[in-house]
Amino acid sequence: MALKLYNYTLSGSCYKVRLLLDFLDLDYERIPVDFFPGKEHKTLDFLDINPLGQIPVLEDGPMRLRDAQAILAHLANSYDETGHWLPRAPALFGPVMMWLMFAGNEIMAASAARLHDVLGYELDIEAARANAHAAFRVLDDHLTERALIGKTWIVSDHPTIADIACFPYTALSGDGGIGHEEYPAMRNWMRAFRRLPGFNAVSGIPEFA
Amino acid sequence: MSVTDDPVALNQWIACAYVGQVTPGKSYDTAMLGQAIRISCALDGTCTCHEIGDDGGPGRQLPLSQRFEILFTTLGDTPRQLPDIPEFAEADRRVANCASVGLHASPFRIVENFLDMAHFCFVHKDILGSMEKTEVFTYKTEHRKDVDEIWATDCAFFQPAASTSAAEKGGGQVTYYKYRVMSPFSVMLYKTVYGNAERDDAICLFIQPKSETECIAYMPMAILDDQSTMTQIIDFQQTIFLQDRIILENQRPVLLPLTPSAEIPTKADVSSIAFRRWLKGMGMRFGILQEQAA
Ligand SMILES: [Fe+2]
Repeated sequence: MALKLYNYTLSGSCYKVRLLLDFLDLDYERIPVDFFPGKEHKTLDFLDINPLGQIPVLEDGPMRLRDAQAILAHLANSYDETGHWLPRAPALFGPVMMWLMFAGNEIMAASAARLHDVLGYELDIEAARANAHAAFRVLDDHLTERALIGKTWIVSDHPTIADIACFPYTALSGDGGIGHEEYPAMRNWMRAFRRLPGFNAVSGIPEFA
Repeated sequence: MSVTDDPVALNQWIACAYVGQVTPGKSYDTAMLGQAIRISCALDGTCTCHEIGDDGGPGRQLPLSQRFEILFTTLGDTPRQLPDIPEFAEADRRVANCASVGLHASPFRIVENFLDMAHFCFVHKDILGSMEKTEVFTYKTEHRKDVDEIWATDCAFFQPAASTSAAEKGGGQVTYYKYRVMSPFSVMLYKTVYGNAERDDAICLFIQPKSETECIAYMPMAILDDQSTMTQIIDFQQTIFLQDRIILENQRPVLLPLTPSAEIPTKADVSSIAFRRWLKGMGMRFGILQEQAA
């Protein structure tokens, strides 16, 4: 198979990539990484694959990519004939990139809280939760504005890789003690996302938002 | 957080770390029953356990016992013995240390969820249960007085992908279960090995109650599977447990009520009724919903 994903099922970042692979109906091989408790991503062998010691990593033929956001952009650029997942129109491309970066930075505070609560990582949990709430406030405000003009998705009339990148750690935030009560627009958006054809859930995604 | 004064809870061996969790030369702070504790491991791998005093310094030394890939300690002077699980010593078994998962829930709710077959088809849809076949067959529950354990036997359930090896071969099967509550904070099940009706996989759940509503769950297994990689086995077990976790964290009331009428039982709850009766009989107060005075 041409596509290989170094994967850990419970990782929200790997989940981003699996979501797009499923939406695009692409065949790929999963290479399981013992992230916890094995910390295989920090082993010398894995550092050869990704010197940053992070998952996911995607292999596409001779190309090897790290960073979930970069992988999403690559897959959409190479395999989405509709162009919907990564729109090239100037009015859309920049905003998609902006929200993609937001998913890789600000929203990752929710990932930190989840690692603390579920896997016992030692970190400042209060700061992680506060930062995640601040990021969710920004996303919820944006989605409220979108809803006011009749739009469901973060950027375009169609879901884009920005929606995919933002979905896992917002939907999984309850695992880290961060509720969705204060974010009605985000809840509506998550509900719409779960109804996309090809959507697969992962442990920890609430069924009824 | 203060340590419980419940002698029943105090006199249990309780899981406090999995083997390999504490790096040699380092220490790890955690808690049990409201008491802060520290596990320190020397460079040669030998570990010790202490209470952490109010000043942050080491207090009373606690005993450590290593079994089933887990370190256990106790705050009590006359703890109930650790269970005997001979499967862990069988040469052809693979022992999987599935590490641990933290969750905000009562330890007894976690035990009950483990005992409850009715949730398979909803919480573990397409893996441990199927929406088309939701029936829980009648089974027997007994209090085995010689070992003072609760057993549920003759449990049967249709499962689309009961284990890693079954999932890989794409085979649904009727799986036979036996449940065994070994202590207030530990439970295990024996389940039909995929493709081998003679022997059972042994899957355990040891719970470390840090407080009445905050736990760490350990899931060691001794299984017969020469196909799957250890990474796949652990991945499967963690995936299942995180499906339970979201349900457990949302259960109300958080503490376990022992009043018979508090929650309406169904057929699948026979084991949970026996479990609650057993907890009541031993006088457990820790983690139990205290009844309001009338
Ligand atoms: Fe379960």
